Formats: sequence, C-alpha cells, structure tokens
Amino acid sequence: MAGRYQTAFKLYPYKKVAAQASGKIVRHPVVIVGGGPVGMTLALDLCQRGTPVLVLDDHDGVGLGSRAICFARRTLEIADRLGFGAALLDKGVRWEVGKVFYGADKVFEFNLSPEAGFKAPAFINLQQPYFEKFAVEQIRKEQAEGAPIEIRGCNEVVSVEDRGDYVRLCVDTPDGEYELEADWLIACDGARSPVREMLGLSFDGRVFEDNFLIADVMMKADFPPERWFWFEPAFEGAGQSALLHKQPDDIWRIDFQLGWDIDRKAELEPAKIRARVDAMLGPDAQYDLEWTSIYTFQCRRMEKFRHGSVLFAGDSAHQVSPFGARGANSGVQDAENLAWKLDLVVKGLAPQSLLDSYGEEREHGADENILNSTRATDFLTPKSDMSKIFRNAVLELAGKYAFARTMVNSGRLSVPCVYDGLSLNGDDELEGPHISRVGASCPDAPYDGAFLLDAFNGDFTLLAINAEVPELVEVDGICVNSIRIEKPDDALAVRYLGSQKSAVYLIRPDQHICARWPVYNEAKVRAALNHACGRE
Amino acid sequence: MRDLNLEPNIADPDGFYDELIAAHSALSKQESDAFNARLILILANHIGDRAVLRKALEAAK
Repeated sequence: MAGRYQTAFKLYPYKKVAAQASGKIVRHPVVIVGGGPVGMTLALDLCQRGTPVLVLDDHDGVGLGSRAICFARRTLEIADRLGFGAALLDKGVRWEVGKVFYGADKVFEFNLSPEAGFKAPAFINLQQPYFEKFAVEQIRKEQAEGAPIEIRGCNEVVSVEDRGDYVRLCVDTPDGEYELEADWLIACDGARSPVREMLGLSFDGRVFEDNFLIADVMMKADFPPERWFWFEPAFEGAGQSALLHKQPDDIWRIDFQLGWDIDRKAELEPAKIRARVDAMLGPDAQYDLEWTSIYTFQCRRMEKFRHGSVLFAGDSAHQVSPFGARGANSGVQDAENLAWKLDLVVKGLAPQSLLDSYGEEREHGADENILNSTRATDFLTPKSDMSKIFRNAVLELAGKYAFARTMVNSGRLSVPCVYDGLSLNGDDELEGPHISRVGASCPDAPYDGAFLLDAFNGDFTLLAINAEVPELVEVDGICVNSIRIEKPDDALAVRYLGSQKSAVYLIRPDQHICARWPVYNEAKVRAALNHACGRE
Repeated sequence: MRDLNLEPNIADPDGFYDELIAAHSALSKQESDAFNARLILILANHIGDRAVLRKALEAAK
C-alpha cells in the first residue's frame, strides 16, 4: 500500500487484528472511514456515549501540511464538550482583528469579539495536524478508561457493498485484504471520498477557475496575530489578492491568488515562491518555506448526505472555498449533529428516520456555507468587467464610508448554523432573544463562576431561568439533565431572557435549542423531546 | 413596504441632469464607470429597503 501523503504524526500504526487471521467477518455497529478532524470528532463523541465505533484510516497518522488553520468558536465549544478544547486553546493562536487592504492602503479593520462572556474565543489558528492529534489523544484517554473505540491505521477500504440494512467492506492492509461489516458506515474520507466513488454517487457543483498558492513560512516576526487581507496587493507578483495569518510555532500562512492560466510546476519552484514572499515581507525578511501547495476549489455538495446505511460527513459530503473557514468547521458541526442521533438509533431509542434529519439539517448547513463561499469568491474574483468595477467601487468607498465596509467580502467567517424552520424543531412560545431562538446553538454565557456550556453534559438539557423544573426528567429511556438558574448574570439574561421574566429551554445533546417556553409544562417538554428524537 | 417612486420626484429635473452630466465631464470612460458604480452604491445604501431596490433593478431593465 502506497501512502497518498506523508504523515506529520504517526498516531495509529498498523497492527494486524484477529479478524484478519481468522477470516471471520465481524459486524460492527458503526464504522467510520477516515480519521481526519470530522471522523475523529464523531468517533470521540460516539464512544463517549457508549456506542462502539471502529475508525479505518488508510494511513498510520495525520497528514503533513497545515491545511485547515482557522477553528471557529463553535468548533472549540464542541471540542471542549468532548474533552480536548483546552489542548486546542493552549496551542492555538487567538485572533480577533482583521485588516483589509486595497492596493497599498488599509481600507478598514474589524474585530470579531467585541462582545464579552464566551468561554471560547471567536477563532484560533492552529494547523490541522494538531487538531487531529489532540482528538486522537483524547480518544486514547477514553480508550484507557474502557470506551468502546478502536482505530485501525493502514486500513484502506477498497470496496463497499450496500446490503440494505448493513454494509460489507473489503479492507486492504499491509497483510492483505480482509472483510468486515457495518450496521452504519460513516464516510468522513474527504473531498475525493473513495466511499462515495465506490457507491457511484455524484458530487455536483461549481468549479472556480482560479489557483491559490499557499506558502506557510517559518519566521520570527513581530506582526500581530491578525488576519491581513489585500485586494490587488501593491507588492509584486502577489496576484489578485493575498493573505497573511499567524499560526503556532512561528508559522505564517501566506496565500496568493494566481489566476487561472498558470504553470503549476513553475509556480511551485521554491525560488519563484520566495520571490513573491520577499516582495510581500520585504527583502530583509528571514524565513524558511515550511509547506507549499497550489489549490483550486469547487463549491459543491452531495444531493443527499444519507444513503440508507451509509452517511457522509465533512468534505466527502460538501466542499467549499476556504474563504470563511467553513470547511473543517462545518464538518465538525456535521459530526456533532450526527453523533447523538446515531447513538440513539444504535441503542434502539430512536427510529432510523431520525438520521434523515441529519441530512436535512446539514444539507441546509452546507447550502448556507456554499452560498457564503460563492459570494466571497465572486467578490474576490469578479467574473465580468462590470463586476470588477463594482467590487473596486466598494473597496474605494469602504475607506471613507461605513456602509461600504459591510459589502467588502474577503470571506464571511464561519458562524454556527441555525436550523431555522427544520423538522426537529419544537415550540417557540417564548418571546425571547433572536440569538437563542429554536434551531440555534446555545450561545455561551458566564454562569456559576464558569460558563453555561460547561454545565451541559451531552444529554438533553432542560434549562430553566427563574422558573421551576423537576431535578431530573427521563423521557422514555432518554435522560434529561436539568439546570436551574435564579438571578442570571447580565450576559446570560440578555442571551436567554431578553425582556422576559422567566424561560424554560429544551436543548438537544448537540446544544441546539429544541423548544422554549415561558414556564415549565411537562407534557410540552415530553412532546418536544420525542419530536426531536423522531419519536411521534 | 414602500413602493418604488417612478413619478416625477426631483425638483428642477433639468438642473439635476446638468449636475449629473457635469460630474462626468472631466472623466475618462474608465473613471466614469467607477464613478457611476460608486454613485449607485451610495444611492442604494440611502434607499436601503431591499424590496424597493429589487423593484428599481427590475425597472431599469
């Protein structure tokens, strides 16, 4: 087996398993293909819930190269619930300020976190291999405590046969092929998803005719940890746009937009890359090229993320341009959306149809990301003369007038998806704040010397503010954790009460809001919970 | 929702037309295109109402 890429960290070296020697075909409840950020997040979430999970990865560790570097607040909150949020924060570079330049001039700057009272910062920058490494380290901790999870490295899925209510897989290893079966197969195997290919499923969308050069450079520099973005940069050879952004370990991400007709090989010559970087950083800058790559991108998604017993998550299901950090961040949201639903289905506590809501909600999320990403791309790469005239007019006006700054689009940064109007939603009987409406993910807020999201334990949560609720409710086998808050802090009151005196929220295991009312009503809570689990 | 006003609304229309043309008099074609784009954006922001703007986009076809 030839690896497709070099690994940065060898985290799951190949080991022969008993099933290979015996030839016995073992059935697993859940098999995840692909150990990237999405697969590992999903695996961790499932094993913490007690659902046995097997991860198959065709390498023995994490691929080299920083790739995804911007992790958004929602992702950090999910990682925190799963136990590796602190590791991400310790290593990552926090940033809040972005500066936008047009030619040589700064047009404006923005700050992502003017509002206080969240545990997680708006964003951190962190090379993708670290994210994967910390997730695997957390999995190892769970494993040591007996959690039902196994990772098999150098296990490449070479055929997939959908047998209706289960899937038969053939897996190639350094010791040859063996077969196994899965009640549920989750393909987290990336944009070129071999599972998707083997099942002959289409992946349609729009190709953008542009090439972007990434140069990650290592240097000691005292630029602030801010996102600097240039339209039509003044430095030579930078192309149509450029980006400078700090990562840990003194690594800086530099992006140049090269256009469509380029000689890829020539552009990747280190001397040519260094000439561009020198023009940007100045002739005296001392740096090493750490990782370089040229990418083109597409905005596309599968029509359906669920195909019977096979579900797709992350880049295998949807792909966007990198502007806005909506790739890995949306994939991690896929994982958390799927984990609790799959867990309930595997345990027989919810019907299989609950998994259709995974498709509905995350297809909606993908559409939102594709829309934002497409708009950003059209702003970055105007498709006609007039489109460019308007784009430049916006940039010129943005230096002078606030209104035009709102139109400058160098990527609309990932914010949590809101499942407005979708099937699992229940009552919204509280005239409460918009930010915590039904379908939204819970905004964090200071609570009890820590933060509200720290108090959620991965079950359904009944959050009562200035209202009476029972200590613990159990609804037909599904646990509900109750949190009662009297006299909430200001931020919590603003985010959950607004002008109301009291509120009761029913919150899903993935921290999205199911339903909310001014006071507790057991029948309504039971109905909303059953509805959110697909149990009518 | 307000309607798009397509009835006469500018006092001294000839005077306004003069000013509009005069604003372009010293500009090259490229500069004029850029000027028009800035002007459209400024006026659109002043109107603000998306429904009115959509009707204007339609009316200009």
